Amino acid sequence: MLIVLVKSAILLLVVVTTFAYAMLFERKILGWMQLRPGPNRVGPWGLLQPAADAAKLILKEDLTPKTADPLIYRLAPFISLLTAFAVYAIIPFGANGDGSPWAIGDVNAGILFLLAISSIGVYGISLGGWASGSKFPLLGAVRGTAQMISYELSMSLSFVGVLMLAGTTSLTGIVNAQERVWFLIPQALGFIIYVITAVAETNRTPFDLVEAETELVGGFHTEYSGLRFGSFFIAEYVNMLTVSCIATLLFLGGWNAPFGLTFLPGLGWFVLKVGAFMFFYMWLRATLPRFRYDRLMTFGWKVLLPIATLNLVATAAWVALH
Amino acid sequence: MRKHLFNVGAILQGLGITFKYMFVKRPTIEYPSIKKQHAPRFHGLHELRRYADGKERCIGCELCSSACPANAITVIGAENTPDDRVSPGERHAASYEIDELRCIFCGLCEEACPTDAIVLTPRFEMADYRRGAFVYSKDRLLVPSDAGVGTPPDERPNGIPADLGRVAEVKSTMNVDRGYSATHRGEVLKTERKGLAG
Repeated sequence: MLIVLVKSAILLLVVVTTFAYAMLFERKILGWMQLRPGPNRVGPWGLLQPAADAAKLILKEDLTPKTADPLIYRLAPFISLLTAFAVYAIIPFGANGDGSPWAIGDVNAGILFLLAISSIGVYGISLGGWASGSKFPLLGAVRGTAQMISYELSMSLSFVGVLMLAGTTSLTGIVNAQERVWFLIPQALGFIIYVITAVAETNRTPFDLVEAETELVGGFHTEYSGLRFGSFFIAEYVNMLTVSCIATLLFLGGWNAPFGLTFLPGLGWFVLKVGAFMFFYMWLRATLPRFRYDRLMTFGWKVLLPIATLNLVATAAWVALH
Repeated sequence: MRKHLFNVGAILQGLGITFKYMFVKRPTIEYPSIKKQHAPRFHGLHELRRYADGKERCIGCELCSSACPANAITVIGAENTPDDRVSPGERHAASYEIDELRCIFCGLCEEACPTDAIVLTPRFEMADYRRGAFVYSKDRLLVPSDAGVGTPPDERPNGIPADLGRVAEVKSTMNVDRGYSATHRGEVLKTERKGLAG
Protein backbone atom coordinates (compact mmCIF):
# COMPACT_ATOMS: atom_id res chain seq x y z
CA MET A 1 0.00 0.00 0.00
CA LEU A 2 2.68 2.45 1.06
CA ILE A 3 4.84 1.46 -1.89
CA VAL A 4 1.97 2.14 -4.26
CA LEU A 5 1.47 5.56 -2.69
CA VAL A 6 5.14 6.43 -3.02
CA LYS A 7 5.18 5.18 -6.60
CA SER A 8 2.09 7.24 -7.40
CA ALA A 9 3.58 10.37 -5.86
CA ILE A 10 6.79 9.96 -7.85
CA LEU A 11 4.89 9.27 -11.04
CA LEU A 12 2.64 12.30 -10.55
CA LEU A 13 5.70 14.45 -10.04
CA VAL A 14 7.32 13.08 -13.18
CA VAL A 15 4.17 13.53 -15.25
CA VAL A 16 3.59 17.09 -14.05
CA THR A 17 7.21 18.04 -14.70
CA THR A 18 7.00 16.46 -18.13
CA PHE A 19 3.85 18.47 -18.76
CA ALA A 20 5.57 21.69 -17.75
CA TYR A 21 8.51 21.11 -20.03
CA ALA A 22 6.40 19.71 -22.86
CA MET A 23 4.59 23.03 -22.80
CA LEU A 24 7.85 24.95 -22.87
CA PHE A 25 9.29 22.86 -25.69
CA GLU A 26 6.09 23.14 -27.65
CA ARG A 27 6.37 26.91 -27.48
CA LYS A 28 10.05 26.71 -28.35
CA ILE A 29 9.48 24.40 -31.31
CA LEU A 30 6.55 26.44 -32.57
CA GLY A 31 8.76 29.48 -32.28
CA TRP A 32 11.62 27.92 -34.21
CA MET A 33 9.33 26.73 -36.95
CA GLN A 34 7.88 30.23 -37.22
CA LEU A 35 11.32 31.88 -37.22
CA ARG A 36 10.97 33.15 -33.66
CA PRO A 37 13.29 32.35 -30.75
CA GLY A 38 10.45 31.20 -28.47
CA PRO A 39 10.35 31.95 -24.73
CA ASN A 40 13.86 32.87 -23.62
CA ARG A 41 13.46 35.56 -20.97
CA VAL A 42 12.95 33.49 -17.80
CA GLY A 43 16.11 31.70 -16.79
CA PRO A 44 18.72 30.36 -19.21
CA TRP A 45 17.07 29.48 -22.56
CA GLY A 46 13.73 30.19 -20.89
CA LEU A 47 14.01 27.02 -18.81
CA LEU A 48 12.22 28.59 -15.84
CA GLN A 49 9.25 29.63 -17.98
CA PRO A 50 7.00 26.81 -16.65
CA ALA A 51 7.57 28.05 -13.08
CA ALA A 52 6.67 31.58 -14.10
CA ASP A 53 3.56 30.34 -15.88
CA ALA A 54 2.51 28.31 -12.86
CA ALA A 55 2.94 31.28 -10.55
CA LYS A 56 0.90 33.39 -12.92
CA LEU A 57 -1.91 30.84 -13.14
CA ILE A 58 -2.07 30.50 -9.35
CA LEU A 59 -2.22 34.25 -8.82
CA LYS A 60 -4.95 34.87 -11.40
CA GLU A 61 -8.43 35.70 -10.23
CA ASP A 62 -10.80 32.74 -10.11
CA LEU A 63 -14.00 33.79 -11.84
CA THR A 64 -17.34 32.00 -11.91
CA PRO A 65 -19.96 33.45 -14.25
CA LYS A 66 -23.32 34.29 -12.68
CA THR A 67 -25.09 32.01 -15.12
CA ALA A 68 -22.84 29.04 -14.38
CA ASP A 69 -23.95 25.94 -12.53
CA PRO A 70 -21.57 26.36 -9.59
CA LEU A 71 -21.12 22.73 -8.58
CA ILE A 72 -20.60 21.25 -12.04
CA TYR A 73 -18.58 24.27 -13.13
CA ARG A 74 -16.14 23.52 -10.33
CA LEU A 75 -16.27 19.76 -10.85
CA ALA A 76 -15.47 19.70 -14.58
CA PRO A 77 -11.76 20.64 -14.39
CA PHE A 78 -11.25 17.94 -11.78
CA ILE A 79 -12.85 15.30 -13.99
CA SER A 80 -10.49 16.30 -16.81
CA LEU A 81 -7.47 16.29 -14.54
CA LEU A 82 -8.38 13.10 -12.73
CA THR A 83 -8.99 11.06 -15.85
CA ALA A 84 -5.83 12.43 -17.42
CA PHE A 85 -3.75 11.27 -14.45
CA ALA A 86 -5.65 8.05 -13.71
CA VAL A 87 -4.37 6.43 -16.90
CA TYR A 88 -0.82 6.47 -15.54
CA ALA A 89 -1.84 3.91 -12.92
CA ILE A 90 -1.47 1.16 -15.51
CA ILE A 91 1.03 2.41 -18.06
CA PRO A 92 4.24 0.37 -17.85
CA PHE A 93 7.45 2.28 -18.55
CA GLY A 94 9.86 -0.63 -18.62
CA ALA A 95 10.34 -4.15 -17.40
CA ASN A 96 12.53 -5.94 -14.88
CA GLY A 97 14.63 -8.91 -15.90
CA ASP A 98 11.89 -11.32 -14.84
CA GLY A 99 9.36 -9.61 -17.10
CA SER A 100 7.43 -7.80 -14.36
CA PRO A 101 6.60 -4.28 -15.57
CA TRP A 102 7.56 -0.94 -14.06
CA ALA A 103 4.06 0.26 -13.41
CA ILE A 104 1.89 1.09 -10.44
CA GLY A 105 -0.65 -1.55 -11.35
CA ASP A 106 -0.20 -4.38 -13.83
CA VAL A 107 -3.73 -4.79 -15.13
CA ASN A 108 -4.34 -7.71 -17.45
CA ALA A 109 -7.05 -5.75 -19.28
CA GLY A 110 -4.89 -2.64 -19.52
CA ILE A 111 -6.19 -1.46 -22.87
CA LEU A 112 -9.81 -1.69 -21.79
CA PHE A 113 -9.01 0.36 -18.69
CA LEU A 114 -7.33 2.94 -20.91
CA LEU A 115 -10.32 3.21 -23.20
CA ALA A 116 -12.73 3.39 -20.29
CA ILE A 117 -10.83 6.17 -18.57
CA SER A 118 -10.29 8.20 -21.71
CA SER A 119 -14.01 7.94 -22.45
CA ILE A 120 -14.75 9.53 -19.09
CA GLY A 121 -12.39 12.35 -20.02
CA VAL A 122 -14.94 13.73 -22.45
CA TYR A 123 -17.20 14.54 -19.50
CA GLY A 124 -14.71 17.12 -18.28
CA ILE A 125 -15.04 19.00 -21.54
CA SER A 126 -18.78 18.59 -22.09
CA LEU A 127 -19.75 19.36 -18.50
CA GLY A 128 -17.32 22.26 -18.27
CA GLY A 129 -18.71 23.82 -21.43
CA TRP A 130 -22.29 23.20 -20.49
CA ALA A 131 -22.00 24.38 -16.88
CA SER A 132 -20.35 27.66 -17.91
CA GLY A 133 -23.79 28.99 -18.89
CA SER A 134 -22.39 30.84 -21.86
CA LYS A 135 -22.73 30.29 -25.59
CA PHE A 136 -19.16 29.79 -26.77
CA PRO A 137 -18.28 27.18 -24.16
CA LEU A 138 -21.51 25.36 -24.97
CA LEU A 139 -20.70 25.28 -28.68
CA GLY A 140 -17.18 24.09 -27.91
CA ALA A 141 -18.48 21.40 -25.60
CA VAL A 142 -21.01 20.13 -28.13
CA ARG A 143 -18.35 19.98 -30.81
CA GLY A 144 -15.91 18.32 -28.45
CA THR A 145 -18.33 15.66 -27.37
CA ALA A 146 -19.30 14.79 -30.93
CA GLN A 147 -15.69 14.81 -32.08
CA MET A 148 -14.29 12.73 -29.25
CA ILE A 149 -17.01 10.12 -29.48
CA SER A 150 -16.70 9.83 -33.28
CA TYR A 151 -12.96 9.48 -33.27
CA GLU A 152 -12.83 7.17 -30.30
CA LEU A 153 -14.60 4.59 -32.45
CA SER A 154 -11.86 4.49 -35.08
CA MET A 155 -9.24 4.64 -32.35
CA SER A 156 -10.62 1.58 -30.58
CA LEU A 157 -10.79 -0.27 -33.90
CA SER A 158 -7.13 0.53 -34.54
CA PHE A 159 -6.36 -0.98 -31.12
CA VAL A 160 -8.17 -4.20 -31.94
CA GLY A 161 -5.78 -5.02 -34.77
CA VAL A 162 -2.89 -4.85 -32.31
CA LEU A 163 -4.80 -6.87 -29.73
CA MET A 164 -5.40 -9.65 -32.24
CA LEU A 165 -1.76 -9.80 -33.24
CA ALA A 166 -0.57 -9.78 -29.62
CA GLY A 167 -3.32 -12.07 -28.35
CA THR A 168 -3.56 -10.18 -25.06
CA THR A 169 -5.07 -7.00 -23.64
CA SER A 170 -2.27 -6.54 -21.12
CA LEU A 171 0.00 -3.64 -22.07
CA THR A 172 3.06 -5.55 -20.85
CA GLY A 173 2.00 -8.52 -22.93
CA ILE A 174 1.60 -6.34 -26.01
CA VAL A 175 5.07 -4.87 -25.60
CA ASN A 176 6.57 -8.32 -25.07
CA ALA A 177 4.86 -9.51 -28.26
CA GLN A 178 6.78 -6.81 -30.15
CA GLU A 179 10.21 -8.06 -29.18
CA ARG A 180 10.93 -9.31 -32.70
CA VAL A 181 9.00 -6.83 -34.85
CA TRP A 182 7.13 -3.69 -33.86
CA PHE A 183 3.42 -3.65 -34.61
CA LEU A 184 4.12 -0.48 -36.58
CA ILE A 185 5.06 -2.74 -39.51
CA PRO A 186 2.17 -5.25 -39.68
CA GLN A 187 -0.27 -2.59 -38.45
CA ALA A 188 0.97 0.39 -40.50
CA LEU A 189 -2.56 1.35 -41.47
CA GLY A 190 -3.70 0.95 -37.88
CA PHE A 191 -0.84 3.18 -36.75
CA ILE A 192 -1.79 5.93 -39.20
CA ILE A 193 -5.40 5.73 -38.03
CA TYR A 194 -4.24 5.81 -34.42
CA VAL A 195 -2.07 8.88 -34.97
CA ILE A 196 -4.93 10.80 -36.61
CA THR A 197 -7.51 9.79 -34.02
CA ALA A 198 -5.10 10.45 -31.18
CA VAL A 199 -4.69 14.05 -32.33
CA ALA A 200 -8.47 14.36 -32.54
CA GLU A 201 -8.98 12.70 -29.14
CA THR A 202 -6.70 15.18 -27.41
CA ASN A 203 -8.30 18.11 -29.26
CA ARG A 204 -5.08 19.35 -30.76
CA THR A 205 -4.49 21.17 -34.03
CA PRO A 206 -5.65 20.41 -36.73
CA PHE A 207 -8.56 18.96 -34.75
CA ASP A 208 -8.76 21.63 -32.06
CA LEU A 209 -12.35 22.58 -32.85
CA VAL A 210 -13.17 22.32 -29.17
CA GLU A 211 -11.07 25.38 -28.48
CA ALA A 212 -11.02 27.00 -31.94
CA GLU A 213 -9.92 30.39 -30.64
CA THR A 214 -10.66 32.09 -33.95
CA GLU A 215 -14.34 31.12 -33.86
CA LEU A 216 -15.21 30.20 -30.29
CA VAL A 217 -13.01 32.56 -28.23
CA GLY A 218 -11.59 29.77 -26.07
CA GLY A 219 -14.12 27.02 -26.67
CA PHE A 220 -15.19 25.00 -23.67
CA HIS A 221 -12.82 26.79 -21.28
CA THR A 222 -13.74 30.35 -22.30
CA GLU A 223 -15.16 31.18 -18.87
CA TYR A 224 -12.45 29.44 -16.84
CA SER A 225 -9.56 31.31 -15.35
CA GLY A 226 -6.72 30.79 -12.93
CA LEU A 227 -6.07 27.30 -11.68
CA ARG A 228 -9.34 25.93 -13.06
CA PHE A 229 -8.21 26.88 -16.54
CA GLY A 230 -4.82 25.50 -15.56
CA SER A 231 -6.41 22.13 -14.78
CA PHE A 232 -7.82 21.89 -18.31
CA PHE A 233 -4.48 22.98 -19.65
CA ILE A 234 -2.59 20.35 -17.67
CA ALA A 235 -5.15 17.72 -18.68
CA GLU A 236 -4.64 18.54 -22.36
CA TYR A 237 -0.89 18.10 -22.18
CA VAL A 238 -1.05 15.05 -19.95
CA ASN A 239 -3.46 13.51 -22.45
CA MET A 240 -0.95 14.25 -25.18
CA LEU A 241 1.66 12.45 -23.15
CA THR A 242 -0.74 9.57 -22.58
CA VAL A 243 -1.49 9.01 -26.24
CA SER A 244 2.23 9.24 -26.96
CA CYS A 245 2.82 6.52 -24.36
CA ILE A 246 0.07 4.38 -25.86
CA ALA A 247 1.48 4.81 -29.36
CA THR A 248 4.85 3.74 -28.01
CA LEU A 249 3.44 0.73 -26.17
CA LEU A 250 1.12 -0.48 -28.91
CA PHE A 251 2.94 0.33 -32.12
CA LEU A 252 6.53 1.38 -31.46
CA GLY A 253 7.64 -1.59 -29.38
CA GLY A 254 7.48 0.05 -25.93
CA TRP A 255 10.83 -0.31 -24.16
CA ASN A 256 12.21 -2.78 -26.73
CA ALA A 257 15.33 -1.44 -28.38
CA PRO A 258 15.19 -1.30 -32.20
CA PHE A 259 17.69 -3.36 -34.25
CA GLY A 260 19.20 -4.76 -31.05
CA LEU A 261 20.64 -1.36 -30.10
CA THR A 262 20.72 -2.09 -26.38
CA PHE A 263 23.28 0.54 -25.35
CA LEU A 264 20.33 2.52 -23.96
CA PRO A 265 18.28 0.95 -21.18
CA GLY A 266 14.66 0.09 -21.92
CA LEU A 267 13.38 3.16 -20.13
CA GLY A 268 15.65 5.33 -22.28
CA TRP A 269 14.16 3.94 -25.47
CA PHE A 270 10.67 4.39 -24.07
CA VAL A 271 11.32 8.04 -23.24
CA LEU A 272 12.94 8.59 -26.63
CA LYS A 273 9.97 7.17 -28.50
CA VAL A 274 7.45 9.10 -26.43
CA GLY A 275 9.50 12.25 -26.98
CA ALA A 276 9.57 11.69 -30.72
CA PHE A 277 5.82 11.26 -30.77
CA MET A 278 5.32 14.42 -28.70
CA PHE A 279 7.56 16.27 -31.11
CA PHE A 280 5.44 15.03 -34.00
CA TYR A 281 2.40 16.48 -32.25
CA MET A 282 4.00 19.91 -31.97
CA TRP A 283 5.31 19.68 -35.50
CA LEU A 284 1.79 19.01 -36.71
CA ARG A 285 0.51 22.01 -34.79
CA ALA A 286 3.06 24.26 -36.44
CA THR A 287 2.11 22.96 -39.88
CA LEU A 288 -1.59 22.36 -40.29
CA PRO A 289 -4.54 24.74 -40.10
CA ARG A 290 -7.77 23.76 -38.37
CA PHE A 291 -10.31 21.47 -40.06
CA ARG A 292 -13.73 22.73 -40.92
CA TYR A 293 -16.22 21.09 -38.57
CA ASP A 294 -18.36 19.28 -41.17
CA ARG A 295 -15.21 17.97 -42.86
CA LEU A 296 -13.95 16.70 -39.53
CA MET A 297 -17.12 14.69 -39.09
CA THR A 298 -17.13 13.48 -42.71
CA PHE A 299 -13.52 12.44 -42.37
CA GLY A 300 -14.14 10.62 -39.12
CA TRP A 301 -17.21 8.69 -40.18
CA LYS A 302 -16.80 8.25 -43.93
CA VAL A 303 -13.04 7.82 -44.27
CA LEU A 304 -11.43 6.75 -41.00
CA LEU A 305 -14.12 4.39 -39.77
CA PRO A 306 -14.38 2.34 -43.02
CA ILE A 307 -10.59 2.14 -43.31
CA ALA A 308 -10.29 1.10 -39.67
CA THR A 309 -12.92 -1.58 -40.17
CA LEU A 310 -11.17 -2.80 -43.30
CA ASN A 311 -7.89 -2.96 -41.42
CA LEU A 312 -9.60 -4.90 -38.65
CA VAL A 313 -11.13 -7.44 -41.08
CA ALA A 314 -7.84 -7.86 -42.92
CA THR A 315 -5.92 -8.40 -39.67
CA ALA A 316 -8.54 -10.85 -38.44
CA ALA A 317 -8.28 -12.82 -41.68
CA TRP A 318 -4.49 -12.84 -41.49
CA VAL A 319 -4.50 -14.00 -37.86
CA ALA A 320 -7.09 -16.68 -38.63
CA LEU A 321 -5.11 -18.04 -41.60
CA HIS A 322 -1.79 -18.27 -39.73
CA MET B 1 -9.69 9.07 -53.85
CA ARG B 2 -6.79 10.31 -55.96
CA LYS B 3 -7.50 13.85 -54.81
CA HIS B 4 -7.27 12.73 -51.18
CA LEU B 5 -3.93 11.09 -51.84
CA PHE B 6 -2.64 14.34 -53.30
CA ASN B 7 -3.74 16.01 -50.09
CA VAL B 8 -1.57 13.61 -48.13
CA GLY B 9 1.32 14.69 -50.30
CA ALA B 10 0.56 18.32 -49.53
CA ILE B 11 0.53 17.63 -45.80
CA LEU B 12 3.90 15.89 -46.02
CA GLN B 13 5.25 18.80 -48.05
CA GLY B 14 3.99 21.21 -45.39
CA LEU B 15 5.61 19.16 -42.63
CA GLY B 16 8.85 19.28 -44.61
CA ILE B 17 8.70 23.06 -44.86
CA THR B 18 8.05 23.61 -41.16
CA PHE B 19 10.83 21.18 -40.27
CA LYS B 20 13.25 22.96 -42.55
CA TYR B 21 12.41 26.31 -40.98
CA MET B 22 13.47 25.00 -37.56
CA PHE B 23 17.05 25.31 -38.75
CA VAL B 24 16.81 28.57 -40.66
CA LYS B 25 18.58 31.50 -39.05
CA ARG B 26 16.03 33.62 -37.19
CA PRO B 27 15.91 37.33 -38.00
CA THR B 28 14.92 38.27 -34.44
CA ILE B 29 16.88 41.10 -32.84
CA GLU B 30 16.53 40.68 -29.08
CA TYR B 31 15.83 44.33 -28.59
CA PRO B 32 16.61 45.51 -25.09
CA SER B 33 20.00 43.83 -25.13
CA ILE B 34 20.77 44.27 -28.82
CA LYS B 35 19.65 47.21 -30.88
CA LYS B 36 18.94 47.43 -34.53
CA GLN B 37 21.12 49.62 -36.65
CA HIS B 38 19.11 52.59 -37.82
CA ALA B 39 19.21 54.45 -41.04
CA PRO B 40 21.91 57.11 -40.81
CA ARG B 41 19.34 59.90 -40.74
CA PHE B 42 17.05 58.32 -38.16
CA HIS B 43 14.83 60.90 -36.49
CA GLY B 44 14.95 60.56 -32.73
CA LEU B 45 15.29 62.80 -29.69
CA HIS B 46 16.39 66.38 -30.34
CA GLU B 47 19.69 67.91 -29.36
CA LEU B 48 20.80 71.54 -29.17
CA ARG B 49 24.38 71.91 -30.35
CA ARG B 50 27.21 74.27 -29.41
CA TYR B 51 30.11 75.89 -31.21
CA ALA B 52 33.63 74.74 -30.52
CA ASP B 53 34.15 77.67 -28.12
CA GLY B 54 31.26 76.45 -25.99
CA LYS B 55 28.75 79.08 -27.16
CA GLU B 56 25.26 77.91 -28.00
CA ARG B 57 24.34 77.74 -31.65
CA CYS B 58 20.71 78.66 -31.04
CA ILE B 59 20.01 82.34 -31.73
CA GLY B 60 16.43 82.26 -30.50
CA CYS B 61 14.93 83.08 -33.92
CA GLU B 62 11.93 80.76 -33.41
CA LEU B 63 12.07 79.49 -37.00
CA CYS B 64 11.93 75.91 -35.71
CA SER B 65 8.86 76.77 -33.67
CA SER B 66 7.05 78.20 -36.68
CA ALA B 67 8.17 75.32 -38.92
CA CYS B 68 6.91 72.74 -36.46
CA PRO B 69 3.69 71.18 -37.81
CA ALA B 70 2.77 69.82 -34.38
CA ASN B 71 3.37 73.02 -32.40
CA ALA B 72 5.70 71.10 -30.15
CA ILE B 73 8.45 73.72 -29.85
CA THR B 74 8.28 76.80 -27.67
CA VAL B 75 11.19 79.22 -27.85
CA ILE B 76 11.53 82.41 -25.84
CA GLY B 77 14.36 84.53 -27.13
CA ALA B 78 16.43 87.10 -25.24
CA GLU B 79 19.11 89.66 -26.09
CA ASN B 80 22.74 88.81 -25.48
CA THR B 81 24.49 91.31 -23.23
CA PRO B 82 28.23 92.11 -23.52
CA ASP B 83 29.01 90.47 -20.15
CA ASP B 84 26.85 87.42 -20.73
CA ARG B 85 27.19 86.19 -24.31
CA VAL B 86 25.32 82.89 -24.61
CA SER B 87 25.49 82.71 -28.40
CA PRO B 88 27.66 84.49 -30.96
CA GLY B 89 24.77 86.48 -32.43
CA GLU B 90 22.62 89.23 -30.97
CA ARG B 91 20.04 86.96 -29.42
CA HIS B 92 19.88 83.57 -27.73
CA ALA B 93 17.16 81.25 -26.48
CA ALA B 94 16.31 82.07 -22.90
CA SER B 95 13.97 79.13 -22.81
CA TYR B 96 13.71 76.31 -25.33
CA GLU B 97 11.10 73.58 -24.77
CA ILE B 98 10.07 70.65 -26.91
CA ASP B 99 7.04 68.57 -25.98
CA GLU B 100 8.17 65.14 -27.20
CA LEU B 101 4.64 63.81 -26.86
CA ARG B 102 3.45 66.27 -29.51
CA CYS B 103 6.53 65.91 -31.69
CA ILE B 104 6.07 63.80 -34.80
CA PHE B 105 9.82 63.57 -35.48
CA CYS B 106 9.49 64.97 -38.98
CA GLY B 107 12.76 66.86 -38.83
CA LEU B 108 11.37 70.15 -40.16
CA CYS B 109 12.90 72.01 -37.19
CA GLU B 110 16.28 70.69 -38.20
CA GLU B 111 15.75 71.89 -41.76
CA ALA B 112 14.46 75.27 -40.69
CA CYS B 113 17.33 76.04 -38.32
CA PRO B 114 19.70 78.60 -39.91
CA THR B 115 22.58 77.74 -37.58
CA ASP B 116 22.19 73.90 -37.42
CA ALA B 117 21.54 74.27 -33.69
CA ILE B 118 18.64 71.85 -33.35
CA VAL B 119 19.30 68.37 -34.72
CA LEU B 120 17.58 65.04 -34.34
CA THR B 121 19.70 62.31 -32.80
CA PRO B 122 19.10 58.56 -33.23
CA ARG B 123 18.13 58.23 -29.56
CA PHE B 124 14.61 56.88 -29.32
CA GLU B 125 14.27 55.41 -25.81
CA MET B 126 12.37 58.20 -24.10
CA ALA B 127 9.76 56.24 -22.15
CA ASP B 128 8.75 57.66 -18.79
CA TYR B 129 6.00 57.24 -16.23
CA ARG B 130 5.12 60.94 -15.98
CA ARG B 131 3.62 63.06 -18.73
CA GLY B 132 5.54 66.09 -17.56
CA ALA B 133 8.81 64.31 -18.18
CA PHE B 134 8.23 64.48 -21.91
CA VAL B 135 8.52 68.23 -22.03
CA TYR B 136 12.23 68.59 -22.63
CA SER B 137 13.68 71.95 -21.66
CA LYS B 138 17.07 73.37 -22.46
CA ASP B 139 18.82 71.59 -19.60
CA ARG B 140 18.10 68.24 -21.22
CA LEU B 141 18.28 69.27 -24.88
CA LEU B 142 21.55 71.17 -24.84
CA VAL B 143 24.77 69.25 -25.25
CA PRO B 144 26.57 69.55 -21.89
CA SER B 145 29.47 71.98 -22.13
CA ASP B 146 31.97 69.24 -21.26
CA ALA B 147 30.56 66.82 -23.86
CA GLY B 148 31.76 68.53 -27.00
CA VAL B 149 29.65 70.30 -29.55
CA GLY B 150 27.22 67.56 -30.62
CA THR B 151 27.41 65.78 -33.94
CA PRO B 152 25.83 67.28 -37.01
CA PRO B 153 23.64 64.75 -38.80
CA ASP B 154 25.92 64.97 -41.84
CA GLU B 155 28.75 63.37 -39.89
CA ARG B 156 26.90 60.60 -38.11
CA PRO B 157 28.01 57.63 -40.16
CA ASN B 158 26.60 54.65 -38.32
CA GLY B 159 23.30 55.92 -37.13
CA ILE B 160 23.75 55.00 -33.50
CA PRO B 161 25.88 56.78 -30.89
CA ALA B 162 28.34 54.44 -29.21
CA ASP B 163 26.66 54.76 -25.80
CA LEU B 164 23.43 53.18 -27.00
CA GLY B 165 24.88 49.69 -26.53
CA ARG B 166 25.32 46.58 -28.64
CA VAL B 167 24.15 46.92 -32.18
CA ALA B 168 22.88 44.02 -34.24
CA GLU B 169 24.54 43.48 -37.58
CA VAL B 170 21.59 43.67 -39.88
CA LYS B 171 21.91 43.99 -43.60
CA SER B 172 20.56 47.38 -44.45
CA THR B 173 19.28 48.57 -47.78
CA MET B 174 21.38 51.64 -47.22
CA ASN B 175 25.13 51.79 -47.34
CA VAL B 176 25.81 52.68 -43.74
CA ASP B 177 29.53 53.26 -44.22
CA ARG B 178 28.79 56.11 -46.54
CA GLY B 179 26.41 57.29 -43.90
CA TYR B 180 24.46 60.45 -44.41
CA SER B 181 25.79 60.94 -47.92
CA ALA B 182 24.07 57.74 -48.96
CA THR B 183 20.78 59.58 -49.27
CA HIS B 184 20.03 62.11 -51.93
CA ARG B 185 18.80 64.68 -49.46
CA GLY B 186 21.96 64.27 -47.45
CA GLU B 187 24.04 64.98 -50.54
CA VAL B 188 22.03 68.12 -51.27
CA LEU B 189 22.17 69.39 -47.71
CA LYS B 190 25.88 68.74 -47.47
CA THR B 191 26.65 71.02 -50.41
CA GLU B 192 24.09 73.67 -49.52
CA ARG B 193 25.14 74.00 -45.92
CA LYS B 194 28.87 73.56 -46.28
CA GLY B 195 29.59 76.84 -44.56
CA LEU B 196 27.75 75.87 -41.41
CA ALA B 197 28.79 72.23 -40.96
CA GLY B 198 31.26 71.29 -38.27
